[in-house]
Amino acid sequence: MKIIQGKGIGSGVAIGPIVFLDSEKKAADYKIVDTEAEISRYEHAKEEAILQLNELREKTENKAGSENSKIFEIHVMLLEDDDYRDSVYEKISNGHWNAEYAVLQTGEQMGEAFKVMEDEYFRSRAIDLKDISRRMASILRGNTPEDILNGRSGIVAAQELTPSQTVQMDKTCLKGFVTHEGSASSHTAILARAMAIPAVAGITPDPEWDGKTAILDGGSGCLILEPDEATIHAYEQKTQKGYEERLLLQDLIGKKNISCSGKTIDIFANVGSLEDVVTARENDAGGVGLFRTEFLYLNSDTLPTEEQQFQIYKNAILQMEGKKVIFRTIDIGADKQVPYLRQEKEENPAMGCRGIRLCLKYRDIFITQLRAMYRASAFGCMAIMFPMISSEEEIDAALAIARQVKDELRKEKLPFCEDAEEGIMIETPAAGIISDRLAQKVDFFSIGTNDLTQYTLAVDRQNAALNEYYKPHHEAILRLIQLTVENAHRAGIWVGICGELGADTTLTGRFLAMGVDELSVSPLAVLKIRQAVRTSE
Amino acid sequence: MKSLTYVIQDEVGIHARPAGLMVKAAKEFKSQCIMQADGKSADMRRLIALIKLGVVQGTRITITANGPDEDEAISTFQKFLEENL
Repeated sequence: MKIIQGKGIGSGVAIGPIVFLDSEKKAADYKIVDTEAEISRYEHAKEEAILQLNELREKTENKAGSENSKIFEIHVMLLEDDDYRDSVYEKISNGHWNAEYAVLQTGEQMGEAFKVMEDEYFRSRAIDLKDISRRMASILRGNTPEDILNGRSGIVAAQELTPSQTVQMDKTCLKGFVTHEGSASSHTAILARAMAIPAVAGITPDPEWDGKTAILDGGSGCLILEPDEATIHAYEQKTQKGYEERLLLQDLIGKKNISCSGKTIDIFANVGSLEDVVTARENDAGGVGLFRTEFLYLNSDTLPTEEQQFQIYKNAILQMEGKKVIFRTIDIGADKQVPYLRQEKEENPAMGCRGIRLCLKYRDIFITQLRAMYRASAFGCMAIMFPMISSEEEIDAALAIARQVKDELRKEKLPFCEDAEEGIMIETPAAGIISDRLAQKVDFFSIGTNDLTQYTLAVDRQNAALNEYYKPHHEAILRLIQLTVENAHRAGIWVGICGELGADTTLTGRFLAMGVDELSVSPLAVLKIRQAVRTSE
Repeated sequence: MKSLTYVIQDEVGIHARPAGLMVKAAKEFKSQCIMQADGKSADMRRLIALIKLGVVQGTRITITANGPDEDEAISTFQKFLEENL
């Protein structure tokens, strides 16, 4: 058994054999003499390709939703493009290359030009150029595959999947996708979501895997190769049980988070992307309790601009339709290297320059982010929280910058919400212990139990050998939570829990008894926690 | 010669589909139509060149048309941009 970690881009679980798809069959390149004849071969193939694409468009229009069918309309236009034709002609007439090689080279070269573009959308278009070129090469070679899976069924593994490939698969045979390339906005991800099958990217498939049994877990983003009996059994249980449970939980949509004795609590969602926000809303979250902004920084080679961030924050706020969205400012440490930050290498990143420390060190980045957040606040209900606080001075410094940002916006006459709440994460033992003082300075607390556990128990979360010592139920943690809740309420502010402990149903009753005001959990856990609250005392 | 300027409102920018529709329209006109953005320019009859401008939201673009039907071309593109981008 081997577990390979990737990135989940479509959730769900699939169990089955791997079907390896060899997409990189190289066309034989050879020199030709009669360039005229070669060009007319190309023109005939182009006509055939356009016919095929129009047919595909009609086929997909009713099948996979119109979004997919539009892609083929674009493909026709790309094929008819003068620059594409000129490049192919040049390779045939001057280079004396055969047409197959000319189209593949053209696709490759034009695709490269797209790949260096700044915006992710435009970079992703490289695959469309490759796709039309492969189609052309395939027609030129005289084969038109009907079903590229050849009737096999299972988890499809490939370096990358093109839109043409995905529609040439018999959908009833598809169980999931594993690819090297692919993001949440890739064709693969869109198709996987439309079909409700799991997809994981960031894994380089090996031709040797073909035919081997595997488990694909889109939720945790991993592929388990040749799993043992016990693992298969556990997953089978999980998929069946998971399905039944989800059906039952759907009944809880629209119901209140109220316990048997009448205690109420807010259940919010932790999100790390705009797609998560949609899931949060679909699962009836009362708000977003933790919007992780790191994806904006980690998925980019350049610093996200104020405008880019503003659009995303605004979008999230609008999606939640007036419900609260709490943004956490950038929380990156030296364990996640970002090319444009030039962080120094650290022996111990967990205790290094991260969270608020990084924000205060790179003030410009912090100011840009705060400007984007406050500007977005004009569109609904927004709150901001600062991570990794351990002293009053850090709050003072962060709030001073926030004030400065708001002054600037006022001067520039840019609208923002004057009452937007400003809070902090309680995730260091120091913050918990002096929470009485910290509560005087902010509007709310959100307890991050994952870091609080690692710092309080001095157990490195990343060190698997220490698993037995990582005990979130440790009395020290529960007492710190209790202390923080009491201090918050004494100062008249609200307090929530946004770490994994918030989704621990064995503690839900205890948190209700402590008087915790809000639990923020993964979007898919919202209804499960609602059920736990409704069955608690 | 006629021209127009416009700031792109669409979230994704000038993505493939509207670019394709503009190319289709540009091919109908006798005038030469050029789009400029961020100091680069592209012949609007060429889709790949147009996409390669990489026009994202908030970018100010200029379209110039030069030829017998330049007025009609500019008003067509103005209307298209306002409705789609």
